[in-house]
Amino acid sequence: MTFWNKVIAITWKDWLSEMRTREVVSSVLVFTLLVILIFTLAFGADRELMTTVAPGILWATFAFAGVLSFSRSFVPEKEHGCLEGLMAAPISREVIYAGKGLSSLLFMLIVEAIALPAFAFFSNVPVLSPQIILVTFVTTVGFVAVGTLFSALSANTRAREMVLPVLFLPIVIPILISAIKVSELALTGEPWSNLFTWFQIIGAFDLVFLAVSYLVFDFVIVE
Amino acid sequence: MKRNLLLALGFVSVVITLYLIFVWVPTITEMGIVERIFYLMVPMGWLALLAFVVTFAGSVLFLVKKQDRWDFLARSSAEIGIVFTTVTLFIGAIWAKPIWGVWWTWEARLTATMILWFIYLSYFVVRSFATDEHRGAVFAAVVAIVGLVDVPIIALSTTLWRGMHPPALVFKGDIAPEMLLVMLTSVGTFTILYVFLLMLRVSVRRDEAEVQRLKELDR
Amino acid sequence: MTAKQGPPSTPPAIRTEGLTKVFGSRMALRGINLEVQQGQSLVIFGPNGAGKTTLIKILATITNPSSGTFSVDGLDVKNHPEDVRRRIGIVTHQTFLYGNLTAYENLEFYSRMFDVPGRKERIHELAEQLGMTYRLHDRVATLSRGMQQRFSIARALLHKPSVMLLDEPETGLDQEALAILWKALPGENERKRTIILATHNLERGLELGDRLVILDRGKIVYDGLREVMDLRNLEEVYRNATGANN
Repeated sequence: MTFWNKVIAITWKDWLSEMRTREVVSSVLVFTLLVILIFTLAFGADRELMTTVAPGILWATFAFAGVLSFSRSFVPEKEHGCLEGLMAAPISREVIYAGKGLSSLLFMLIVEAIALPAFAFFSNVPVLSPQIILVTFVTTVGFVAVGTLFSALSANTRAREMVLPVLFLPIVIPILISAIKVSELALTGEPWSNLFTWFQIIGAFDLVFLAVSYLVFDFVIVE
Repeated sequence: MKRNLLLALGFVSVVITLYLIFVWVPTITEMGIVERIFYLMVPMGWLALLAFVVTFAGSVLFLVKKQDRWDFLARSSAEIGIVFTTVTLFIGAIWAKPIWGVWWTWEARLTATMILWFIYLSYFVVRSFATDEHRGAVFAAVVAIVGLVDVPIIALSTTLWRGMHPPALVFKGDIAPEMLLVMLTSVGTFTILYVFLLMLRVSVRRDEAEVQRLKELDR
Repeated sequence: MTAKQGPPSTPPAIRTEGLTKVFGSRMALRGINLEVQQGQSLVIFGPNGAGKTTLIKILATITNPSSGTFSVDGLDVKNHPEDVRRRIGIVTHQTFLYGNLTAYENLEFYSRMFDVPGRKERIHELAEQLGMTYRLHDRVATLSRGMQQRFSIARALLHKPSVMLLDEPETGLDQEALAILWKALPGENERKRTIILATHNLERGLELGDRLVILDRGKIVYDGLREVMDLRNLEEVYRNATGANN
């Protein structure tokens, strides 16, 4: 129980800080909306083409939004040595992983909750279906599982902004493919049962990488 | 000593393999002469994976036991592995051109190999951007572990994504016995080459570390 | 070592066994064996790069040693990492405070991390002690560096640590804050707080320490009690111990 109390204390601390500056959510949101705008502008005139490319655009956008948001995740922890303060506190390192992950999940979901309707609005593609909303949620969990680990790792390197995408993007390709596939199938009106395999892949990815990241997180933050 | 023995063995088996590929084995499938590229592509692809598995094992041992020699093993294997992966991609492209008429296609195994190449790349990127050598080694080990765990998921998703293409010849079971023999010989030969290169690289790395240590003592 | 041995029943506040730390091919610590008695004030002197910060970070469990181990109040760090951390407070030149949160929110956050009972009262008590109550609800980023450092001292004292680690606290602390820190150091519990101070300021260290240690290139090159030492004496010992590079 104290585990989750402290996880939530970390998330609450990030939330308070974010509410005051809106640094992460606002910058990631503006970026996401701009990318959506540019893509829908480029393909939007052709309804049929738009429906075909919509899943790819949507997930490319969310993947980049993830990179941008994770690259900020450990910045406040490094600024006045706060991460060292956390490490000197009587909590296991995994609490830090869970707490930072939960904050990132929260911020990503807020961005997506605004970006998804915006995408539907600009592209005239009905992406607000329950299938796509569900796949957005589970894929974001996978992004956060990997992204939080690599965010902590890249924060300890000399070129955070460069290292993070190089690490993050290849690893998440399987769930990116799966999410695109689910969105495609959902848009062509396939029943839930045909999406099941893809949800299974994403679910397996989420579980595996939550577990692996949890296990190796210690090595990433301790000198 | 062991290394020289391995070198001799490798030399003999290279000669045998070349003879088998270019003289002994007949052209069997309807692909024509192009099929012979398989005798190179299959062992390369196999080594790309094997080298990564060795990197993974070395990385786990390094993180658990905190002994530098496991990092030497992991890193050396990754260096050889990225070379083999690169070669696999090139051969894949050369093969794709006459068969499918394009240099590159998002065929499942090519796609998976491409992703593997990028994971190998990130293994070296974290190392070179880490603030000190030891941290770089730890970070790279983490990348290797995360990367290897990802490999089956990548294979599964790319295969399903491209639909069920004809599976690898070997697994279909109707490969000609001559082809299979040559393929296995070639795999064996290249595995010997890999082990030889690995031993060589690890010993060089060990010497480098020793020199560093002596320099440090001197200071 | 030459330090006074306490009664055998109480374990030493800190006991290190063969601590080493290797960064790549550089040895930052080369086998540190230290036993610090309960309530002792140990001052670690040494030139830059001697390994002072590394040692403090290892004792705070922020960095893992390459080999060796240590215990606090007889609790081994490998088996009881959280009990060890609960007993330790740390002040460095970095504040460990989040700039976007108010001082109160920062202290509240850390008291949750340390399971401090009666958080609100404790925070107000410390703020008063440090004379900072009037800035308690301001964002840390808007405070001057000296004020931030004072709240950083409050942060370190929140959980009434029995061992206080100080890494060059005089960089970034103004005179007044330093005076407050010294006053708060001896401890609020019945038992006297154990202090480990890393500094290169000989004069300041001599004032505070009752045991002096000199660290050079990762090794302890001098270890003795304060009683026999004055500043001139210490300067000479320091020069001899650290060689010509100072």
